[in-house]
Parts: sequence; structure tokens; C-alpha cells
Amino acid sequence: MSISSDAPTGPSSPKSSRKELPDVGNPAADKIFSGISLAAGILILVVLAAVAIFLVAQALPVFTADSEDLSQGSFLKYIYPLVIGTLIASAIALLLATPVGIGVALYISHYAPKKISQAVGYVIDLLAAIPSVIFGAWGASVLAPKIVPFYDWLATYFGFIPIFEGPASQTGKTILTAGIVLGIMILPIITAMCREIFVQTPLLQQEAALGLGATRWEMIRMTVFPFARTGIVSSVMLALGRALGETMAVTLVLASGPLTASLIKSGNQTFASEIALNFPEAYGIRMSELIAAGLVLFVITLVVNVIARMITSRYKEFSGAN
Amino acid sequence: MSSSTAVTSRLTSGQAPKWLVPAIGLGAVVLGAALSALIGFSIGTWAIFAGLLFVIVAPLVVSMIEGRRKGADSFVRFLVYGAFIVALIPLVSVIWVVLSKGIPGLSMNLLSTSMRGVTGVHDNAAAEGAGPIYGGIYHAIIGTLEITLLATLISVPIGLLTSIYLVEYAKNGPLGKAITFFVDVMTGIPSIVAGLFAASFFALTTGDPSERTGLVAAVALSVLMIPTVVRNAEEMLRIVPNELREASYALGVRKWRTIVKVVIPTAISGIASGVTLAIARVIGETAPILVTAGFVTSINWNAFSGWMATLPTYIYYQIMTPTSPTAASISETRAWAAALVLIIIVMLLNLIARAIAKFFAPKTGR
Repeated sequence: MSISSDAPTGPSSPKSSRKELPDVGNPAADKIFSGISLAAGILILVVLAAVAIFLVAQALPVFTADSEDLSQGSFLKYIYPLVIGTLIASAIALLLATPVGIGVALYISHYAPKKISQAVGYVIDLLAAIPSVIFGAWGASVLAPKIVPFYDWLATYFGFIPIFEGPASQTGKTILTAGIVLGIMILPIITAMCREIFVQTPLLQQEAALGLGATRWEMIRMTVFPFARTGIVSSVMLALGRALGETMAVTLVLASGPLTASLIKSGNQTFASEIALNFPEAYGIRMSELIAAGLVLFVITLVVNVIARMITSRYKEFSGAN
Repeated sequence: MSSSTAVTSRLTSGQAPKWLVPAIGLGAVVLGAALSALIGFSIGTWAIFAGLLFVIVAPLVVSMIEGRRKGADSFVRFLVYGAFIVALIPLVSVIWVVLSKGIPGLSMNLLSTSMRGVTGVHDNAAAEGAGPIYGGIYHAIIGTLEITLLATLISVPIGLLTSIYLVEYAKNGPLGKAITFFVDVMTGIPSIVAGLFAASFFALTTGDPSERTGLVAAVALSVLMIPTVVRNAEEMLRIVPNELREASYALGVRKWRTIVKVVIPTAISGIASGVTLAIARVIGETAPILVTAGFVTSINWNAFSGWMATLPTYIYYQIMTPTSPTAASISETRAWAAALVLIIIVMLLNLIARAIAKFFAPKTGR
């Protein structure tokens, strides 16, 4: 009797009169069950398409509207500062979180004793579980006031550089503070992903490097980093995707305003924060404008995520890690 | 360097003595305090100066005694330890602030009343010590629980069935690959975009451009929750040993019944803990609720009609628009107490997820 694992045949045993055969199930139910699970899978694709379609449908009025109905006269003029503001905040977050995240991942995978590294893993998961609104509240009421002297110092001594041009904000609610809070929030993403890849580095390679007399750092540079390079890049891209779309940390921390070059003055605005601040009171063409802004954010994060996933999947094919 | 006297062992010659690095650390702490005192002493600048001094000086000394390679090695080691400490600071600070600011506001009154009828007058009185702090988070807790429950009811069946399709039926087909890819992409949808999607979906289907109910919020949260559930359940189903399936097929059991009676029960602990983690993730979402459920100050039990409040939006509005602008600290007290409750809920969910995964895991040993 040949039973393929794909399509098991029913109870075709010659002694089918015996009562103790297991309840094998209704043959028709097989088709129904596979149909339902297929439908669920397709539904997910439909939802993703629907996200794009409904956003486009609701955003369309913006492109046909009279210019005096729009808040800035033209949609491009409206969207441009948001793009720049979002990119600045995310860039600050990445600059801060990437080295620290990789460092902590290395600490967990290669430096800490086993017991401690497990505990640190839990702690990092804990950091990832804290809701963003709490980080936002913390940034606004704890970090922002404490960081003002530092901004004053920057403005005094580095004020000649445009990004540190004074006078510094006296509430500390600037794009730099928002970027720092964002960096803290994306740190667990980078750490968790890098740690997973670092521990997969072939042990034989590491031992070979150590056996040839390499110090620990040389071993990491020669075996761990080459193995994990693509993984690090894709974890950073995923963290970037998160930072681009993060709302609350920016909304609560940033005193938003028009685009300014200085990072330590209040001003600038990001997509997500702009939408969250204005959507509850918006109606008519203003609502469409915000949804259109959301659409642009959606497209940007989609591109970032697709690139990250493409790097990861290509890496899977060649590394043989799985 | 082996020309030294017989007193020093050859094995340890050329190495920095063990006390050297701690001694440099002590020196860095003292010198850091002195430098920091020069520009106006504070714990923050002290820590920064001491840390910088240590990370620069200690490797330099090591490299002078033991050579450049050892110096680079210790430099990286101190940097890695430093990164770890730097990462811990915000976590400790957040938890400390939530505890120290949240506990004073936590009371039975907070947990059992809504904000209905609470006005700036009450808050001003409370700020002057002339009355108790009125108002609470009862309505927000109800909203949070109902919206999250609805989102779970929507996303778990869809997510679980999709993962079953991917593992049991798709067999690396093009559709399966496409679904896997787009589920991954969906993980990265910004939460506010999910909220906008749900808002515009209901705006177009109901005809009311500002249709906001608990259901709309639940749909928005489902968009965020489904990919997490799929990814997790898929992983759990994949580690179910194939022998179990084959044993069931060999008894003539049909595929759907094998899945329902053998595969899912084997993986159920992993799936349940994954679902709990997904709930913990969406329960703290603020942005999608802001644009889909509106905000109220009174209790609304009906998730299918009328605006609702949740804990995250409660925190947000108490901070952004204090009930009494002149006594904002009262609103802040309530916000931090709500934050404490929210963090406790999220941590409990995480603990439950770990407990489920640990205690209900299938016995693998024979």
C-alpha cells in the first residue's frame, strides 16, 4: 500500500468491517479544510493590496483639489519637509542604535558568561515589549529636560556647524531628542537579530581562528563579521523601517514646527507624528491630505522592508545556515 | 624579554599585571570627577568623562605592555561592555520613572472610575490639596480589553489557517512563497498606516468619513497582529516531527484530521505563547487607536458603536491635553499610573507566554 504524504487514501483496508478503526474523518472535509486555509492565505494578500487601494482611493481628492484648499498650496510642498524630517529622525536613531545594538549583541553572543547572557537576552526582550507611548512620555518628561544643558553646550561650542546652531531649545523637545528616543526603541530589534546571526557563526571557524593565535577581537573580525555581514545590514534596514513609521515617540517628544537645519531647536516634523496630531480633528480635503501623507510613508517603508527582506532571502540561499 | 630574572615566570612575562586595568579604572573615576567638577559637577558628566578616559587610556597602556594586537582586543572588549551599560541606562530609567511616578497615582478610585464629569475644577482643587484626585482609567481598561479581544478573534483564525496553508499545503509553491514574502513585508507596515487603512476602509464602506468605533480599531490592530501570528505559528508547525504526520497517515487518517488532531495539539503551546506575545505587542499600540477609535471620557461597553478610549490613548491625551491646563501635574499623575497599569499588563502577558511555552510544551523525552 503506497501512501503518499500529500494525499493519504481513506480507510481501504480489506477488513473494514472491524469497528476499532480510528475515526479517520470525512473525505469531503479534506477539500473544505484545504480550501479554507488557502482562502486565509489569499486573504492576507488581499488585505495588503486593500491597504494600498483604500489609501489611494481616499488620497485621490488631494491631487484634483484646488491649490487654496491644501494646507501648503501644493501637495509636494506639504510632503517635502515631512520626508526630510522623517529621514533626519531615523538617521539619528540609526547612527546611535547600530553601534550600540551590535555591541550588545556581541556582548550576549561572545563576551558575557552564559548565565548573564541569557538574562541580558530577557532584558532586551523586555525593552522591546515596553509600549511606545511610555517611551514617548519618558522622553518628554525625563530625557528632554535633562538634555537641555548638553544642547546649550553644543550651541555654545559647535554653534558654527549649521546642525548645532543656537539658541538651543529650552524645553529639549527637539528632533535630536526624538531621534535618541527612536534609537532606544529600535535598539532591541538590531540586538535581537544580530545576536541570532552571531551565535550561528560556525564554531569550527571561530576555534580555528583562536587556535591560530588570534585574539578574541581578531577572531570576531575574521569569522563572525564576514558571516553576519548581510544579516547586520538587513537588521539595520528592518530597524530603519520601524523608525520611519514610529509615531508616539516623536509625537510626544518633538515640539514640531517648520523645517529647520538645526537639530537642537524645536521644529521639523515626521510623517507619523503629523498624521497622529492632525487626523483626529481632520475632515474633508485635509483628511485626504493626511491619508496621502500616510500613503507616501507606506511606500517608503515598503521599499525599505522589501530591500531588507531581499537581502535576507538571498543570504539564506548562499549561506547554508538553514 | 625572556632575559628577566628567574623570579618572573616565562608564561606571564610581557603581560600586564592583573591589578593594572582596575587601577586605571579607579584613576579614570577620580580624574573624571575632577574634570567634571571643572565644568560644573553632575553625575552624568562624571560618568561620561570616567568612561571615556578608561576606554581610551586602558587599551593604550595594555598595548604598550602587550603589543598592538592585545591593545586593540582590550579596546573592543571595553567598548562592548560599554555598549551594554549604555543600553541598560534607558531601560532602568524608564522602569524607575514609571514605578516612582505611577505608584503614587495608583488607587482603587483610579481603577474603578472613568473620567466622566471630571473637569479642571476638580484638578485645580486636588492640586491645592483641597480635594482628592478624581477620575480614573476604568473606561480605558474596558476599551483596551474589548478592542484587543476583537483583534485577537479576527487575527488568530486567519493567521493560524494561513500558517497551516504555508506548512501543510503550499509545499514551496509560488503562492506559498508570495504569501511568506508579503507576510514579512506586512510586519513592517507602520502602525499609523494600518490605522489609516482601517479608517479609510470603514469610511468607504459605511459612507461616514469619520466612522470611529472599537471595531475599526480592532481591524487596524489585526493588520498589525496577523503577520506576527503567522510567522510564529508557521515556525511552531514546522518543528512538529514529520513522523507524527506519517504515523497518522499510515492509520488511514485523513489530512485535515491529522492536522486538527495531531499537528496542532503538538504545537499548541508554541502557538499559544506566540499569540500571547502578539497580543502583548498590539495592546500598547497608540497611533492606530488615535485615528480609528477616537477618544471618550465615559464608559462605552459597545465596541460596534460609538467612540472608545484605550490605555495608550488615555496616557497620550492626559499628557497632551491635561484636564486642567493650570494643574497639569494631576493629569500627569493619572497618565503615569495608567502607564504603570499598561506596563504591568504587558509584562504579565509576556510572563504568561513564557509560562505556556515552558509548562505546556510537548514532552520530547521518552
